[in-house]
Amino acid sequence: MVETAMTRYSIQRLAESVIVLIVMSFLIYAIMALMPGDPIDIMVQSDPNLTSADAARLKALYGLDQPLSERYANWFLSAVRGDFGYSRIHNRPALEILVPRLANTTWLMAASLVLSLILALPIGVYSALHPYSRTDYLINFMALGGISVPVFWLALMLIIVFSVWLGWFPAGGMHTVGDNSLIDSARHMVLPVITLSIASIGSLTRYVRAAMMEVMRHDYIRTARAKGLSTKTIVFKHALRNAMIPVVTVLALSFGSLFSGALITETMFSYLGMGKLIYDSIIGNDYNMALVSLLFATALVLVSNLAADLAYAWLDPRISYR
Amino acid sequence: MALLSGFVLSAFVLLAFAAPTVEYLSGHNSSSVDLLNRFASSSPSHLLGTDELGRDVFLRMLHGGRVSLLVGFTTAVLAAIFGIAIGIPAGYFGGWIDAALMRITDTVIALPLLPLLIILAAVDLTKLGIEPVLAHAPELSLYRIILIIALVGWTTVARLVRGTALSLRQRDFVLASISQGASHSRIMFRHILPNSISPILVATTLSVGNIILLESVLSFLGLGIQPPIPSWGNMLTNAQELIYEAPMLAVWPGLAIFTTVVAFNFLGDGLQDALDPKALAR
Repeated sequence: MVETAMTRYSIQRLAESVIVLIVMSFLIYAIMALMPGDPIDIMVQSDPNLTSADAARLKALYGLDQPLSERYANWFLSAVRGDFGYSRIHNRPALEILVPRLANTTWLMAASLVLSLILALPIGVYSALHPYSRTDYLINFMALGGISVPVFWLALMLIIVFSVWLGWFPAGGMHTVGDNSLIDSARHMVLPVITLSIASIGSLTRYVRAAMMEVMRHDYIRTARAKGLSTKTIVFKHALRNAMIPVVTVLALSFGSLFSGALITETMFSYLGMGKLIYDSIIGNDYNMALVSLLFATALVLVSNLAADLAYAWLDPRISYR
Repeated sequence: MALLSGFVLSAFVLLAFAAPTVEYLSGHNSSSVDLLNRFASSSPSHLLGTDELGRDVFLRMLHGGRVSLLVGFTTAVLAAIFGIAIGIPAGYFGGWIDAALMRITDTVIALPLLPLLIILAAVDLTKLGIEPVLAHAPELSLYRIILIIALVGWTTVARLVRGTALSLRQRDFVLASISQGASHSRIMFRHILPNSISPILVATTLSVGNIILLESVLSFLGLGIQPPIPSWGNMLTNAQELIYEAPMLAVWPGLAIFTTVVAFNFLGDGLQDALDPKALAR
């Protein structure tokens, strides 16, 4: 009974996500059509031998003279067959460019997520166990500060201090030319990961603290205390597990903002990931590339939200789903 | 902390308002170029020194603050209005209206906002039928950024307002009003809206900080406030290329953004504690 309800819920949510993705693909397509210039105009500008008659012929050839709905339908039909067109800047199929970028971004975000969790969990728990103490206020102050730092400025400051002044870490890029060692790549990731993590450490600490304080007020914690269990057992076996339920949800839901952070971080450090790809292709009028990378980003966020919903239902048997 | 934040913010707002006066008193102009006096360090005549064109950094900061705070406040209010317009009907009518509106809200929350804002900011307004002269005016970048951030920033208020509307709908005074034959719009505006004001206030205060962050990053990327109008974000765009020659140029605007955003977040937090009866019980 429970199994089928859960399955039905999952399928319904999955279907909703697919619909949202299709709607988004149309919206993004329509907005992209409003961006300056169009591919043929750019071709005309860069090639003086093209006459306006040639341009019109090319537009007809590529279907650019057709109405938006028609163009979208054509794009959609190729897209479902896995053909997302060519990238104008890279002169290669857009999907081919996207995949390695996706891997780089995954590395960056995963490293930042791990770092945030390692720091935010103990700090948040400590804060919740000593509420309204001086340390708690200090932690809260620093966490709010972390949330409030403009990511691009943080990146600039880190570059000034650690690359320009101290020279400890490279100011950008993926690896030094001619040096393909893992250590070199890791050195290039230090500053981007710190930049991306500061904000998530801040918000995650606040969530862990709030969730933990909420849990510690429950009767079963008092019961556990009354049974004579040690504080350690209570905190780690009883409280933390329950506090993790909202934290996991928030974590998955914050995926979208983490991605926005990744876009800024990657742009600042010339880290070749999805975020920089999106930014560069929008700025460079690379329509196919921008469209497919934006859609992939949206899909990733939708999947993580879906995962959050399902994890929530799975972690907490008390949740009833429609 | 909230009190201190309030003081800091008031000081910032005052300074921003006083920018033209300060400009007059100092005898300098925030946009006057002085190429013989580039990268000057702090001095009594240039409090924070000068930038790569010899412009006074302090005066530019004041003007930038004017723009950033203006964008922050206006966008927050606009976003709150959008949020109220979505949230109150959703909570009040319930049923399929609620389901549909909240589905939309959840979807907007789930989207990767920054990439979306970037394409919205890159839209060519002439293709929407706006006169080219008007579409490329720097002033328009101000209105455009307010509008696009508000378009994605209404979700928190909408959810909060929907929640309060949902619970208020069952309260006796609303039921009494319904039984007296009050119209839907009267109940929504006269009863539900005034009683949801405190969560709206908290959410709006907290959102100002976020909006200033978004504005600054878009301006920094060259997609927000366009020069010659200074904003803390676009002041950093130039500073980025000069981090070897003049690192301090990158420090000041960022510090201003950071201080303002921290202050708004503390103020919002403080308001929340002050207005939330649950917080007192602890």
